[in-house]
Amino acid sequence: MSVVAEKADLSLKYTAHYNEVKEGLLEDSADILNAPRNQAFRDFVSQGIPTRKFENYKYTNLQPAFIPEYSFMHRREPVEVDLNNAFRCDVPQLDTHLAYIFNGWFYDRGSQVGNLPEGVILESIEKIAHEKPELLAKYATLAKTGDDPLVALNTAFAKDGYFLYVPKNTVLEKPIQLINFLQAEKDAFVTQRNFIYVEEGANVQVISCDHTLNLNTYLNNSVTEIFVGPNASFEFYTLQNQHNSTTNLNSVFISQSRDSKATTHYATLHGGLIRNNLKYILDGENAEANLFGMAFIDRKQHVDNFTQVVHAKPHCQSNQFYKNVLDDEATGAFAGRIHVVRDAQKTNAFQRNNNLLLTDKATMQTKPQLIIDADDVKCSHGATVGQIDEEALFYLRARGIEESKARLMMMNAFAYEVVQRINIEPLRNRINELVDKRLKGEVARCHDCAYNCDC
Amino acid sequence: MLSIKNLYVSIEGKEILKGINLEIKPGEIHAIMGPNGSGKSTLANVLAGKEEYEVTEGEITFMGEDLLEMAPEERALKGVFMSFQYPVEIPGVPMVNFLKTAVNELRKYRGEEELTAGEFLKLMREKKELVELDTQLTNRSVNEGFSGGEKKKNEIFQMALLEPKLSILDETDSGLDIDALKRVAHGVNALRNPENATIVVTHYQRLLEYIVPDFVHVLYQGKIVKSSGKELAFELEEKGYDWIKQENGL
Repeated sequence: MSVVAEKADLSLKYTAHYNEVKEGLLEDSADILNAPRNQAFRDFVSQGIPTRKFENYKYTNLQPAFIPEYSFMHRREPVEVDLNNAFRCDVPQLDTHLAYIFNGWFYDRGSQVGNLPEGVILESIEKIAHEKPELLAKYATLAKTGDDPLVALNTAFAKDGYFLYVPKNTVLEKPIQLINFLQAEKDAFVTQRNFIYVEEGANVQVISCDHTLNLNTYLNNSVTEIFVGPNASFEFYTLQNQHNSTTNLNSVFISQSRDSKATTHYATLHGGLIRNNLKYILDGENAEANLFGMAFIDRKQHVDNFTQVVHAKPHCQSNQFYKNVLDDEATGAFAGRIHVVRDAQKTNAFQRNNNLLLTDKATMQTKPQLIIDADDVKCSHGATVGQIDEEALFYLRARGIEESKARLMMMNAFAYEVVQRINIEPLRNRINELVDKRLKGEVARCHDCAYNCDC
Repeated sequence: MLSIKNLYVSIEGKEILKGINLEIKPGEIHAIMGPNGSGKSTLANVLAGKEEYEVTEGEITFMGEDLLEMAPEERALKGVFMSFQYPVEIPGVPMVNFLKTAVNELRKYRGEEELTAGEFLKLMREKKELVELDTQLTNRSVNEGFSGGEKKKNEIFQMALLEPKLSILDETDSGLDIDALKRVAHGVNALRNPENATIVVTHYQRLLEYIVPDFVHVLYQGKIVKSSGKELAFELEEKGYDWIKQENGL
């Protein structure tokens, strides 16, 4: 079959599937989730599955990830694993409000949400869409189906995910922790749709951990829309730790009001193909956005961080800081776009991407992109792709430290700059430990996990 | 302890050392002096095991073993220590981790128990006093933001922790004010014993007022052109290197 025919066939396959399940998707979902469905699917079809010909997907061809015969998780299935048991492999000793998401579905059973402060809601988005649709009035307004085919497909298929609401001036002492598990009997296509609303003056930290519990092939397409109110503070930590046959397509959209502060922090420890789309809109004066990320990949893994920061109002600040360590034949990409719109004066936008290549075969593409339509702004960007500093390595060895150990110290040092930006101390310590194990080549993921997936 | 015979060294095809011979016995201090570009630092780096230098001829034995066959870390474990001319900053590697790892690697090599965190901190406190190293500095990353003097003190501090058999001080005096110089020299002298030896590589005689050598060798254009007692250093200070050049018909 020719490539063109195969591509057409691939789109047709998804169209056929959508037509087949459309009734079922609409049937037991609330209007607010159903309203954009058909248009979303049309947007997906007109855009198609991203290839390198897409400007925004220049370094990641997603077509191969859409080829396997997946089963689709359009219905809530009973959970057959003991999630509390599975949790042992994650970030233990963390005192959090904990909830599980299983194949994209929010699960109450076995969750350890505990006592949330008054008015805080941590729930299934499916349930909220039925019971309190007014809280989802802004659903699908940040993640626009016409802008991105993954968002379009997610919106067409969206049935569940998590919903978090933090009312005005409410401060959560403990972080919210969401553990996303993938475990299906067959290769599976998982859709997860999340929504976070942080009201004025509120303060919350969220930790999201991605895991696979068996060796099937997965494609996980998730979209999260986040609204951060005036003077609110929001921190979002994402730990990605899935096996090599997983495609993790993760799109996060954040809109910030005046005087708010939002921080995203990605730690990618393992995965097959990972694409993180992250878009910030600084939509009020004096807002501050921090975008941090680090990835440690080897073999034929691929990680692509695509960030967009839109400075829509004056006096805002954004900081982007991404680091990658690539081993074997791993490939990586970082594309960071900063868009300062007209009249967004006194903007301060900063971006840095540093990469460490451990072999000659590992490759990294890095591309800053500045679109500046205001005249009184400070923007800076810098990127490096390099090897371990040989001078420093020699210094350590000259003190009797064996070469492999010295290299490990250097790699940890490289990562440390991003690790130290985790504000939750037990999480920082745990990630530090995981990074160290990862760099040592020990299986960092689930080292004491009950599910012994060797991948 | 150290025996260098007919050593020829090139870097990127350029011959730097052209037939060096040198014998060092326990308890001795040897000064290697010479004008810029004479090959002093090359000699120090070859001893420490820097890989970009190519030994084209000759041999080096240390405690009866072929030093050139050993990796840099192996040399360090067997007791070779170089105080770097330009100690590198390593952001992200905390001083304490670095030093503890180095000390414990050495203890492991010697078949001794590794030090606990508490024992190590105690050892560190003792040794810090020797060079009056600012306590705050060990809370930082390796050499990060250290002044020139602090970096050199830090080298001698590491020397005190590792107690090497052979120390090579590569231009340890450069960039030091007189107080720091005295402090560093005091550290080196305090660490001296009949079992260990020191090579002081320097351009100026100044350091040798405080670390008094048993032998002074003048290195010029990759060869040792003159060897004598400590008085040679004073003569050089007085007459400059031109005198050596003339005497050797160079």
